[in-house]
Amino acid sequence: MRKILILFAHPMVHKSRVNRQLIEAVEGLDHVTVNNLYERYPDFFIDVKYEQELLLEHDIIIWHHPFYWYSAPAMIKEWFDLVLEHGFAYGREGNALAGKHAMTCITTGGRESTYQGNGLNRFPLHQFLLPFNQSAHLCKMEYLPPFVVHGVHLLSEKEISDTVLQYRKVLQYLGDQDINLLMASKNEYVNQLV
Amino acid sequence: MHLDEIFFKIMIYLLAAVISVPIAKKVGLGSVLGYLIAGIIIGPFVLELVGDDGEGVMHFAEFGVVIMLFIVGLELHPSMLWRMKRLVLGLGGMQIGITALIFALITAFFWLNTAQAITTGLILALSSTAIVLQTLSEKGLLQSRGGRHSFSVLLMQDISVVPIFAIVALLANQVVVDSGDSSELDAVTSSGWMQLLIIIGAVGAIIIGGRYVAHYIFKFIAETRLRELFTATALLLVIGIAGFMDVVGLSPALGTFLAGVVLANSEYRYELEDNLEPFKGLLLGVFFISVGASINFDLLFSHWQLIIVILSIVVTVKLLVLFALGKLFKLSASHNMLFTFSLAQAGEFGFVLISFATQNAIYDAFTSGVLLIVVALSMLITPLLFIVNEHLIQPRLLKSESRDNDAVEDNGHPVIIAGFGRLGQVLGRFLNVNRINSTIIDNNPHNIEYLKKFGYKVYYGDITRKDMLEAAGAAHAKVLVIAMSERLQIDKLVELAQKHYPNLQLIVRAVDVAHDLALQNSGVKAHRQATFDSAIQLGSDALTALGVSKHQSYRSALTFKHLDKRFMKNLQQRYSKDDPHFVLETKQFSEHLENILLLQQKHPYQELDCAWDTNSLIDEAKESKKKDEMPMKQGEE
Repeated sequence: MRKILILFAHPMVHKSRVNRQLIEAVEGLDHVTVNNLYERYPDFFIDVKYEQELLLEHDIIIWHHPFYWYSAPAMIKEWFDLVLEHGFAYGREGNALAGKHAMTCITTGGRESTYQGNGLNRFPLHQFLLPFNQSAHLCKMEYLPPFVVHGVHLLSEKEISDTVLQYRKVLQYLGDQDINLLMASKNEYVNQLV
Repeated sequence: MHLDEIFFKIMIYLLAAVISVPIAKKVGLGSVLGYLIAGIIIGPFVLELVGDDGEGVMHFAEFGVVIMLFIVGLELHPSMLWRMKRLVLGLGGMQIGITALIFALITAFFWLNTAQAITTGLILALSSTAIVLQTLSEKGLLQSRGGRHSFSVLLMQDISVVPIFAIVALLANQVVVDSGDSSELDAVTSSGWMQLLIIIGAVGAIIIGGRYVAHYIFKFIAETRLRELFTATALLLVIGIAGFMDVVGLSPALGTFLAGVVLANSEYRYELEDNLEPFKGLLLGVFFISVGASINFDLLFSHWQLIIVILSIVVTVKLLVLFALGKLFKLSASHNMLFTFSLAQAGEFGFVLISFATQNAIYDAFTSGVLLIVVALSMLITPLLFIVNEHLIQPRLLKSESRDNDAVEDNGHPVIIAGFGRLGQVLGRFLNVNRINSTIIDNNPHNIEYLKKFGYKVYYGDITRKDMLEAAGAAHAKVLVIAMSERLQIDKLVELAQKHYPNLQLIVRAVDVAHDLALQNSGVKAHRQATFDSAIQLGSDALTALGVSKHQSYRSALTFKHLDKRFMKNLQQRYSKDDPHFVLETKQFSEHLENILLLQQKHPYQELDCAWDTNSLIDEAKESKKKDEMPMKQGEE
């Protein structure tokens, strides 16, 4: 059974609809650990040793956050800056994460149609995820397709709960099924693959 | 003596001091010379105001030397000594040894017997700690290389007073034994070994008493919180030891020096120094006056050639030895000149030793009279030597050599913490972890007791006094943390520090809102209420306990802190700068609170932290969706 670590970063969970429900749906799974960064480090003073231990203990790392300004909330950046040390996560001697998988789970305001050439956001979503993609590669990890929830402001309750169930299924799949199949399908998002 | 006679004498001495010393300092001669000259003037050879009682007064004022040695001992750190051991033991030891040897040989050859020669050699080898230290520090040269070498030699000389006394005492015994005059045996014990045993016993008593007993006595007295009692105790200590030494037949100065060394690590050290300093100063002054008064001018005039010869020999030999040693210890030319010229005189210990030797029949009246004059004259010409060095020699040297950087010794720690209660301790710990050493002063003996267990070096004292602040190193420190708990004390210290040490940066604890505002008004840049931050932290914990997310609680605390800063600024602008007491007298704390709450209403809390608020975003999204769903009007594209 693969162990999944969700690095969850939402500065205002109590105001969130979708993210809160997403996390609530998966935190009960046995092979899933939810690390609520804003809760653990309200003053941004990340315990690097602890985070690195956590990474070593898991096989799949998921950065789960709202898509603020085509990127992640500041806490995720702080996490990247401090936890992925040279000699640990990357570099000649940095092999702690080699062979693991990384993934992004995001919620966006813009609907899917906006993420294309003539849309409001002008570029497909996976291009905005390149920093995460490449960071994962630098740490010798495979970067899976993302789980994305578009247009969150306008989703109905039914749509949300459907999405939430999808997320859960994805995580269960990742727990023990063939990941290479996932990679080979070349889908944009991982939502529909299971 | 009648009371009015005594008063008259005292008045004369004080008047002499008050008149001559400022003049002497203005002229550049230094205070010691001022006293000496005052003594000469009021003495039997000029004004004849004091005379036959000169001996008695000198004896009394010798006490000033005794106190001075106690303070010298107090300021001696064994660790500092160890660091300077090369200079102190090497340079100092060699200076004393070589100089004494040369003088002994010369005097033995020409004038004196063996015992006298040895004694004279030792006496003349010493320089004047009082004059040299005073002058060097007045001229700001104490930290220069030359100054530090001089200091090391003086230190060694101070320490060597102890064995010199012992040697002279031993010689005294020999003299008695040789002359077969048994009536002298009353003053001196029968054999050198006995004397040695007594010395060891007395020394032992002082060491044990100082290390183990003194602390409890001081604590007991300090707890009464009456300043005068501590002063009385300090004086009692010094007088007691001096008297004890006297009875035993040893030098009082030796005893107090030893006691000072033993107490150098006591937390009451600064307080002791502080209390004794004025007595020392005054008594030393009187001592020098009486030395001046006791210069036998008849003898001087009748034997002036002899005296001039001896004086020249003394100064020349000292100059040569010092110069040679300075070269040996690799002093550059200009530093060596300072070193050489500063120490080329005989010292005040000479007076003490000469009278000790005379009392013990080593010297006859003539010899001691001549030696006294020689010592006094050599001290008198010291400022001339300094002047020669400064104005004739140094300028020539300065042109020819490049200035090497004088290493400035770290005079004390960069931070002084005044008040080591709950706030001071945490702050001190924090600085410690950041590798900043602090000098810590507190005036509660309980605190000190308690903290010693944790390995803190805390000094006892009232830091709202200028000399205490000075003793704590305020002249060289960079930061003064005022962490005391009484508002009056804090304000007093702030005023004191701003007035005398304007370069000292102040970090001040405010006891409440009014105090905070007052401190801001008085120009203190860094000030904070002791409880504010803790209150907010705890409040934040309360929010979390109620279910608010930790990050939200954290941001809420931050918001409140920043808001409060703004409120404070606002409040401060209301109260005039010219009238800080206005705050204290007319505004009650509840009024402050009212103001704060009023202002708070004007600045809704939420406005300050609407980070990540999505309401407007959602509204807009709904708007645009509606637009999308509306049928296109006729004629629109």
